[in-house]
Amino acid sequence: MKVLVPIKRVVDANVKVRVKPDKTGIDLTNVKMAVNPFCEIAIEEAVRLKEAGVATEIVAVSVGAANCQEQLRTCLALGADRAILVQTDVEVQPLGIAKLVKAIYDKEKPQIVLFGKQSIDGDNSQTGQMFAALAGLGQGTFASKVSVADGKLTVTREIDGGLQTVAMKLPAVVTTDLRLNEPRYASLPNIMKAKKKPLETITPQSLGVDVTPTFSVLSVEPPPPRKAGIKVKTVEELVDKLRNEAKVIS
Amino acid sequence: MSTLVVAEHDNSVLKPVTLNVLAAAKAIGGDVDVLVAGSNCKAVADKAATIGGVRKVLLADNAAYGHQLAENVAALVADLGAQYTHVLTGHTTAGKNFLPRVAALLDVAQISDIIAVVAPDTFKRPIYAGNGIATIKSSDKIKVLSVRGTAFDPVPASGGSAAVEAVGKATDTGLSSFVDEQIVKSERPELTAAKVVISGGRGMQNGDNFKLLDGIADKLGAAVGASRAAVDAGFVPNDMQVGQTGKIVAPDLYIAVGISGAIQHLAGMKDSKVIVAINKDEDAPIFQVADYGLVADLFQAVPALEKLL
Repeated sequence: MKVLVPIKRVVDANVKVRVKPDKTGIDLTNVKMAVNPFCEIAIEEAVRLKEAGVATEIVAVSVGAANCQEQLRTCLALGADRAILVQTDVEVQPLGIAKLVKAIYDKEKPQIVLFGKQSIDGDNSQTGQMFAALAGLGQGTFASKVSVADGKLTVTREIDGGLQTVAMKLPAVVTTDLRLNEPRYASLPNIMKAKKKPLETITPQSLGVDVTPTFSVLSVEPPPPRKAGIKVKTVEELVDKLRNEAKVIS
Repeated sequence: MSTLVVAEHDNSVLKPVTLNVLAAAKAIGGDVDVLVAGSNCKAVADKAATIGGVRKVLLADNAAYGHQLAENVAALVADLGAQYTHVLTGHTTAGKNFLPRVAALLDVAQISDIIAVVAPDTFKRPIYAGNGIATIKSSDKIKVLSVRGTAFDPVPASGGSAAVEAVGKATDTGLSSFVDEQIVKSERPELTAAKVVISGGRGMQNGDNFKLLDGIADKLGAAVGASRAAVDAGFVPNDMQVGQTGKIVAPDLYIAVGISGAIQHLAGMKDSKVIVAINKDEDAPIFQVADYGLVADLFQAVPALEKLL
């Protein structure tokens, strides 16, 4: 079966980002970019499904500017078979992405669509669920375990207070949580091989999808700073401060 | 203007986050209705009807909603929500699961994790792990919003007497089915609602050592959390994770033990009123946000702290 994995190019998780001085957004000049960590987990899960003989082909897809090709190449090096870039310089919002993925889903007809549960830039946690609704599919979000048997997908989900397991008929959608797997590193030979794997570039227009934003970002401000604290020398001093200065314990 | 708030509950008890979401609804203005979708959940609807400021409570009581399966709940909420200008729920794992489906079915955007209402169409929300606060203006006819509970003070749980109205044909989409659930039973308060939180990080070294935090948690009535590093290392389960991709907490007192203070952890706790950090590395970034920092070996400091409380 075919597995579709939509991925996002985001700022590297270890970069400390700053708000632009004119407050129009986050300053991303000369900042290291990467595959969104949860999308990397989604690629890894797809590769494991292929290694287990469940999946036969993995298609990675991304929406964004031409430089998203770098992250799609990374996915090809990690084990995706081919990649599709829906190229646009518009910053497409989650519903627009979901509609683009739906258009690709209609053409590719995968049995599983694996998303990351959220991107670490927008922190929206929406796209997978929106796609599932548009495609009329069941969803297993925040997955910590995925198994496929007898045309059914079973997903264990991380929920507040514990775990929930749901079953869905295929095709279905999964969004990945942290503990699903530990992504591998791409080996040098695989990075070389990835350069020769097919990467197709298309446009939102060719898919007949309108990606006009429906909300606008008026400003982005830095969070209010915390005032500097103090270092205490002993546990006794700490307890005294908490009791008599901060008055948070009795 | 009218708002539909989707209540969070377990079929018997209304979750406190609903009161925070109602506070956001109040800040928007207009009439506020509450939807209780579940199975044998009339007690929850009756409870919701006593909350001040609620116009009416819609009760969708059917087996199809018993486990809050996103496909079924979203179909119901989208159907009912089309009559409103705003649809709100908590930015919890339950809300995050179904609400984006609602937005997609209504063909509108969702604005996630709002922390302030600027105007009925303008909201603030954190981006990039809280390193930026974006002000977002929506042009959609229906605003679908998930609310960060800790950013809004709860409305009083009493003072109302709204009517309860049964709604909705049962929508069982048949797209997914419930298999089972393992909910950890705990005497401790829920992380996001606790007044005091004590969390352990990689410095705890293993899962067993988390027991060291229990004594303090017992004395302070605290919830116990963990950093992503501690979850990644397999010390504790993921539902204890405090951070950008885990739970967002804002207690009166947050005690970080053996936590270095990675950006993604700070995103989950830096709105706490008082932050205490105990770490043996004096250069750990956690000390930059701590009101009180103690440079010490946690294996000595934690038992000593417990004794003094």
